[in-house]
Amino acid sequence: MKTRINEFAFKLANANGTGSASANSLIMQAIFRMGIPVAGKNLFPSNIQGLPTWYEIRVNKQGHTARTATFDLMVAMNAETYARDIKEVPPGGWVLYDSSWPLTLSMLRDDVTFLGVPFAKMCAEAFTQARERTLMKNIMYAGTLAALLDMDMQIIDVMLKEKFGKKPALMESNKKAIVLGYDYAKKHFECPLPIRLEKMNATADSILIDGNTATALGCLYAGVTVAAWYPITPSTGVLDAFTAFCAKYRTDKKTGERSYCILQAEDELAAVGMIIGAAWNGARAFTSTSGPGISLMNELIGLAYYAEIPIVIVDVQRVGPSTGMPTRTQQGDLMTCAYASHGDTKHVILLPANPAECFYFAQNAFDIAERLQTPVFILTDLDIGMNDWVVPRLKWDDSFKPNRGRVLTAAELEALPKYYRYSPEDELGVAARTLPGVHAKGAFFTRGSGHNKLGCYTEIPDEYQEVMDRLTRKHAAAKTIVPPAIIERHEAATFGVVTIGGCDLAVREAMEQLRHLGLFGDFMRVRAFPFGEDVEEFLQSHSTIFVVEQNRDAQLKSLLTLETRVSKEKLRSVIAYGGFPLQAKQVVDIVVPHLRQDVAQEAGQ
Amino acid sequence: MSYIKKPAVRHPSLQANALGLTVRDYEGAMSTLCAGCGHDSVTAAIVRAFHELDTPPHLIAKLSGIGCSSKTPTYFVSGAHGFNSAHGRMPAIVSGAAAANRELTYIGVSGDGDSLSIGLGQMAHAIRRNVNMLYVIENNGVYGLTKGQFSASADVGSKSKKGEANTQSPIDPIMLALSIGATFVARSFSGDKAALVPILKAGIRHKGLALVDVLSPCVTFNDHEGSTKSYTHTRKHQLPVIEADFVPRRSPIETSQAPGTVQTVTMHDGSVVRLHKVAADYDPTDREKAWSFLHARAAAGDIPVGLLYIDEKGTEMHAGNKTVAQPLSQVPFEQLCPGSAALEALQQHYR
Repeated sequence: MKTRINEFAFKLANANGTGSASANSLIMQAIFRMGIPVAGKNLFPSNIQGLPTWYEIRVNKQGHTARTATFDLMVAMNAETYARDIKEVPPGGWVLYDSSWPLTLSMLRDDVTFLGVPFAKMCAEAFTQARERTLMKNIMYAGTLAALLDMDMQIIDVMLKEKFGKKPALMESNKKAIVLGYDYAKKHFECPLPIRLEKMNATADSILIDGNTATALGCLYAGVTVAAWYPITPSTGVLDAFTAFCAKYRTDKKTGERSYCILQAEDELAAVGMIIGAAWNGARAFTSTSGPGISLMNELIGLAYYAEIPIVIVDVQRVGPSTGMPTRTQQGDLMTCAYASHGDTKHVILLPANPAECFYFAQNAFDIAERLQTPVFILTDLDIGMNDWVVPRLKWDDSFKPNRGRVLTAAELEALPKYYRYSPEDELGVAARTLPGVHAKGAFFTRGSGHNKLGCYTEIPDEYQEVMDRLTRKHAAAKTIVPPAIIERHEAATFGVVTIGGCDLAVREAMEQLRHLGLFGDFMRVRAFPFGEDVEEFLQSHSTIFVVEQNRDAQLKSLLTLETRVSKEKLRSVIAYGGFPLQAKQVVDIVVPHLRQDVAQEAGQ
Repeated sequence: MSYIKKPAVRHPSLQANALGLTVRDYEGAMSTLCAGCGHDSVTAAIVRAFHELDTPPHLIAKLSGIGCSSKTPTYFVSGAHGFNSAHGRMPAIVSGAAAANRELTYIGVSGDGDSLSIGLGQMAHAIRRNVNMLYVIENNGVYGLTKGQFSASADVGSKSKKGEANTQSPIDPIMLALSIGATFVARSFSGDKAALVPILKAGIRHKGLALVDVLSPCVTFNDHEGSTKSYTHTRKHQLPVIEADFVPRRSPIETSQAPGTVQTVTMHDGSVVRLHKVAADYDPTDREKAWSFLHARAAAGDIPVGLLYIDEKGTEMHAGNKTVAQPLSQVPFEQLCPGSAALEALQQHYR
């Protein structure tokens, strides 16, 4: 087989709860440190121990790190899934398996190379404790892969030191296992394989981080002091990371006093209630959840919208409806977040595509929420939130001052003849708010019941509508302050592609593949709702537009139809909603026949 | 409801408190509840309590859910910040508000529908969290705004206005609160302001969640014969267990009571609650004994009233969190944002 350097993918099949995750991320991190663009996708079950789990690693020197469709090498470590894992390998590929026990004959194929290593046997000989024998098998296959793929052993050495430097016994066992796996491969196979790694310099100014951690970091840097949440996969990592960051950066070293308060609520209804209370009282506050939590929060999201309280809700989307598939990814909450709650409501949504944007958008979300005095959603998904991504190093400008929006100070209140909560409004449709306890003149009654522009209870139609109309103006004004769409045009473009969030990489890769087929298109990734004029303009300037997203009902396409001037006939849906991250192939396979059909039709006319 | 607004004339007999404010300065908008509603008496008691405690009105945050009871924050302390939120959700909103600013005085007003049905979970968890607040339940056993359905506090056998008897066992907020670690539990009657005011004052000063269940008859839907939440029934069956006097800090404490019948509890700010035992052997600082006594008396059909349990050593939410003394909403951004150097250093861990 032809040698392929830094351009291949492999998949690791394990059983959940056996400790494979740390070995897999070690492999991924080592490749990252070799300077090679890499992506890891953890396809895991909703289970603590026993069910099958896969980890996919794609290495691509051109920087294509979306999920790929084919895996050159299968590391088959779970006998329960041997049959389907071996079947998945393309002709000419490799299967690395534990040869402590023979493979069932029916599974054998003559178009792939089987590399058997007696991992379990070697572990049984090298280690005495049962738990160690299970765990070290993983690190041992990492050693074998290092030999097969030509990983830099010095880098692995340094990583082990960083990880186990303070635990010499663990360090010893891990080292031993790595070397055993490495030496076995060197002795029994021709190393390296034709698919192999070679040092590059493409990741020096990058970091390897998951979106949940980056989101938490953005909230920390935004100056959040109150967070409330209820544990739910896949968003739990946001609060885990936020808690760890706060412990590190917001706890007085001497006194142990904390300049933050994290409330683990009894449910999502309470979680959103808590951040509403905190934001009403002047703290920057957020909650983090997933689809089922959004469903529960709906009632109070309407309260925050109507009473104009600036909260930030992070929704790390998973596959729904109902419990759905909690450990799989989707973009299915777009519609429910755009119009969350009963009655007339419309919300601001930020749509990051990767962990770097999670950081910047999270930080920005609080400024937007406070300037507009309204809930702001950050919609990520399980793929962005829980997988490690290579992204440019995060930057922070120390001159940054948060924009807290219109909040009257004691002195300003003192100078006012009389304060009214909901008037006068500024150019964004926003009226000044006051914080409890600041000044006697600032006291008013916040209510979710009908109120007029002075903040007084009302049931009078005109007075009610006057306030609702201002909220419409406010939502429209959001277009001017949310992140603009990313638009990339090609001079020979004959069609447009619109996408959202984590589809970004797969769509870009697909468009490159289309260009190789002579099909040129313009690219747009929307990064917020409401849609700005840039989005309108892009939609107007194309007669054929593919809308790529990960949900069954083409929610982005629907939202574009409802909330822009685009005519519905122009839009064509490209959807994938099975729960795994999008692949370029899925886009190409749908787009190409459409375009070819168009060409054929034109020729026929 | 009263149609005539009281004139804003200051009667010479109105006493000013330490802030120079009279009781009128602690009143709110005119009540829109039914004439004779027990809730209006509770409102009047709240007005008195805050006035007598010299609390600056704008440092009070008054919050509520939905229902007749939840309308009442409009009727007291118009100089306070108010938040009329959603049905059953007041406890979460107060929790978050208190998290953001620990310096304000929080009062949450709720009802038996708001706290014992739709918001039971939120009430229970606010108690567990021990949020520093006064939590008043105006308890009348019935849904007023939707016209007369039984609430979760209706007693078995109690009859609705239409004559139908309740068959489901009631939720008693006092027993529930005691069983989940509440640190201040009281029951009072809207018809007995003399007993209610000192309880409210002690509750406001209590460091932690002070639950005050006030039996507050609904004159329109639940004040008939056969109802166990009527004025007549409550007057007849209430059993004073322990009467509380609230003695603010620095006031002389009179000791005319016979020893053994008065128990004093010193509060965090130095104020003192003096508890006059009406029932012999009742100890409002012993959770197990109090629970057993109250359980037995309730089973016998009595309605024990008084400051039934107090524990000044409980861990309030911010104490548990080790929060800085300064309100979180006032910590300067410079102290909250770790800055670019820290971000740079941190990112070495993501290499």
